[in-house]
Amino acid sequence: MEFTVERLQKVKEIVARYPDGKQKSALLPVLHLMQEQEGWLSVESMDYVASLLSLEPIEVYEVATFYTMYNLKPVGKYMFEVCRTGPCMINGSDEIIAYIGDKLGIQPGETTADGLFTLKTVECLGACGYAPMMQMGKHYKEHLTKEKVDAIIEECRRNAAMNN
Amino acid sequence: MGVKLLLDKVHIEGIRYYDAYRKNGGYAAVEKALKTMSPELIVDEVKKSGLRGRGGAGFPTGLKWSFIAKPEGVPRHLVCNADESEPGTFKDRYLMEFLPHLLIEGLIISSFALGSNVTFIYIRGEYAWIPEILEQAIAEAKANGWLGKNILGTGFDCEIYVQRGAGAYICGEETALLESLEGKRGNPRIKPPFPAVKGLWDRPTVVNNVETLAAVVPVINMGGEAYAKIGVGRSTGTKLISACGNINKPGVYEIDMTISVEEFIYSETYCGGIAKGKRLKACIPGGSSVPILPANLLLKTAKGETRYMNYESLSDGGFATGSMLGSGGFIVLDEDQCVVRHTYTLARFYRHESCGQCSPCREGTLWMDKILKNIETGKGKKKDIDLLWDVQRRIEGNTICPLGDAAAWPVAAAIRHFRDEFEWHVDHPDECLKRNFGLAHYADPIEVVT
Amino acid sequence: MSEEKKLFKVTIDGITIEVEPGTTILNAARQIGGEVTPPAMCYYTKLKNSGGKCRTCLVEVAAGSAADPRPMPKLVASCRTTVMDGMVVKNTTSERVLDAREGVVEFLLINHPIDCPICDQAGECDLQDLSYVHGADASRFDFEKRTFVKHNLGPYIQLHMTRCIMCYRCVYVADQVTNKRVHGILERGDKAEIATYIEKALDNDFIGNVIDVCPVGALTDRTFRFKSRVWFTKPVKAHRDCSKCCGKVHAWFRGDEILRVTGRKDQWGEVEDWICNECRFEKKSIHDWVIEGPAEINRHSVISQGHYSGKVGTTKPNEPFSKVMKGRQPNLLMDIHSVSEVNPPELDLSALPGPAHSTDFPKRKDTGEEPLTISEKSKGRLG
Repeated sequence: MEFTVERLQKVKEIVARYPDGKQKSALLPVLHLMQEQEGWLSVESMDYVASLLSLEPIEVYEVATFYTMYNLKPVGKYMFEVCRTGPCMINGSDEIIAYIGDKLGIQPGETTADGLFTLKTVECLGACGYAPMMQMGKHYKEHLTKEKVDAIIEECRRNAAMNN
Repeated sequence: MGVKLLLDKVHIEGIRYYDAYRKNGGYAAVEKALKTMSPELIVDEVKKSGLRGRGGAGFPTGLKWSFIAKPEGVPRHLVCNADESEPGTFKDRYLMEFLPHLLIEGLIISSFALGSNVTFIYIRGEYAWIPEILEQAIAEAKANGWLGKNILGTGFDCEIYVQRGAGAYICGEETALLESLEGKRGNPRIKPPFPAVKGLWDRPTVVNNVETLAAVVPVINMGGEAYAKIGVGRSTGTKLISACGNINKPGVYEIDMTISVEEFIYSETYCGGIAKGKRLKACIPGGSSVPILPANLLLKTAKGETRYMNYESLSDGGFATGSMLGSGGFIVLDEDQCVVRHTYTLARFYRHESCGQCSPCREGTLWMDKILKNIETGKGKKKDIDLLWDVQRRIEGNTICPLGDAAAWPVAAAIRHFRDEFEWHVDHPDECLKRNFGLAHYADPIEVVT
Repeated sequence: MSEEKKLFKVTIDGITIEVEPGTTILNAARQIGGEVTPPAMCYYTKLKNSGGKCRTCLVEVAAGSAADPRPMPKLVASCRTTVMDGMVVKNTTSERVLDAREGVVEFLLINHPIDCPICDQAGECDLQDLSYVHGADASRFDFEKRTFVKHNLGPYIQLHMTRCIMCYRCVYVADQVTNKRVHGILERGDKAEIATYIEKALDNDFIGNVIDVCPVGALTDRTFRFKSRVWFTKPVKAHRDCSKCCGKVHAWFRGDEILRVTGRKDQWGEVEDWICNECRFEKKSIHDWVIEGPAEINRHSVISQGHYSGKVGTTKPNEPFSKVMKGRQPNLLMDIHSVSEVNPPELDLSALPGPAHSTDFPKRKDTGEEPLTISEKSKGRLG
């Protein structure tokens, strides 16, 4: 739950950017760091962040629940966040979402039993010219087709098997 | 062929990195500005250029800069708004990904003009790989003396930091962005006071869009007057348009605002025509918030004149028969697309992105989403269309920030121009989930309901 | 008032008043009082940064100032907009304002449970008052309403989030009146809620004030829960020596029992001073308090009905109309008994053995005179 030494150093660097007493400004980046480390934000990890930045825990909960990128529950090792807003919709995002759901046997919002995949629908990710698309971790997967989805899922499974 | 001021060098190999960027004339504008110009002179030059905010509102940049308060002993800040989230818009991402140094160069000049020693780039959280690109460019600029202490011996210090959001469209609104940068929920502030007086940590702050700040570089290089000569009327310089939807060549294009909408859609230089040989039905020309226009009103104004890709021409006719250039998010719908379904996804988007602070937006976006879902899925009634009109009407103008308007306008325009399509949904509940029906008379003149 | 101080002249619905620079339109209107005052559901004078959110106080600025008399294009939140010299404001005289306000009331109600019959706030609820004056008589919202689970925030306070209108006042109270905030706004948009995230009690000494500032029945007093409808209780000014707060309260009596203790509220429903939890929740014996006398209640309030004689309540005044109206006779009022045979004053309805029937009202003797009717002139006034 506590930060690694490297991440703690990173937190110090971030806080140093702001004027004295304005360390709350570091909250979003520090929560990103925490999620990077833990995969999601538990109450304990948020309370830890609160104490690190001298905030009340509620200030952290308020922020963590406002922004959609913070996971307040554990998620699969690979999270497919498929955009479904207008420009993606007219390029077939609904079909892609249904296809992924069928293939993995889950509904949007669910995680596969093996804990490998989470499927989520999201609103516009700013890649409208490369639709349909999804976010996977740090990167975008664009111009999705059924074949491309197959290949991505295959690759994820391979990587997971290798790391086990 | 149009003039290019921002993307002219984007195809040069290695332009993302310092060496190639510098070799091809990069940082000349910083040199010129810091060594030969005063901050006031830079503001004047930007005023002369007629540069308008490229984020969507189109407010004159030089004028915005001149509003910044300068109380004794209080630091000022420049914040770059890279929270690009308006559906249809992906131009800033392209600039940051492929020309990071252009943005950094614009930021250094603008920071100098505004007296900002600590400048932030607030980037949407989902663009998670871009901060590294920007931070590398910042490190390169710093290593070469363009950032840090006493830049070029002028005594001007400047640091640029990149901060990620975490998923909230509303943080593109400048006061919500500042709240977020302060580590809070992205609730827009009640104005006044404006950021130019009380912004980041209550200090005078200017918030500008990525493209606006990048455009400061050509303004300084060529001079404000020369920049103002490009384009037409009050639409000076060049504009990035991110084109998407049912077109052959989606992507980011730089235009000089003298080309017609028809040329932009059909020319091989730009969109390359409608995909799969289909016909044009409708278009949202400036990001999802601006009114959708049917083909006939898109290509020609209500007066029958050619419509051009610039601020004035696209808004000709007001909301009754016109639209807006907005952020330049150009969404094209072909003849098989359903305007009701498209509008429904946008209403759902705005409901999802409302901060929930003020009642018309919090409750109104929810309501519009629910009514539209009903109509789209064959559960709507005729009176729902009028109700929808009434709900959007009572959101518009009555909210704390422009998100309310942004949610109301697309719904209003869809009903205004495609009312028969809504009625078709109500009358054909079994068929309306089949998406490929197309509105037969999409290109006929459409009666305007005001 | 010193002569040098320049006051700003502001005209609201045709009434001009001079106010200190920096005064908001809402507070200028409150100085005039009456109908001119826009309703406010989220603004609270004592709470810094409150206001601007509910949009019920929107007004039209017909002229920005004497120097720049252009109108403001959008309606503005009167609670957060300061007056300028020569400003002209339209509240109830503006169709736009009334329409927008009706819209806001509708928005506030679409997800509100309207469970007034089982809500402790009923009778002193700002949302009830607002919807009576500005709301429509039917809902156009055909969907299931948003609901939340009820939570006890410790032994004293119940949070009924379903009723909340997101005014943020309780959050500001926790920030500004207590030393530690454990509740706040979670989630966003229509999913936003007041909560603690993990089950926590609100146990600060002054946290009970969130009940007084809540404009609806979202935060209620557990020690008063379902004890009585507020209009069956009588507010009485009382005080005690308290080491934590001012000790000045309204004690709400039923018979000689104190059912509830609240802060003293002014005519705008705002407390005069914060009170501590001990005074509010733990001092329910008549011996805890020094009684000062009946508290003033707005005569339009349901709470005032029939409780007191004298200056509070609805007791019939003794002066004739002509005296109150400085010699003029009222031209809108008439004696209902001159046109109706129902309920004549000489008949004591409670003395009847059952419900009254038309046969219980004997036909008047025909006097040969025309019954008094509303004059043409007053019809015009009425229309």
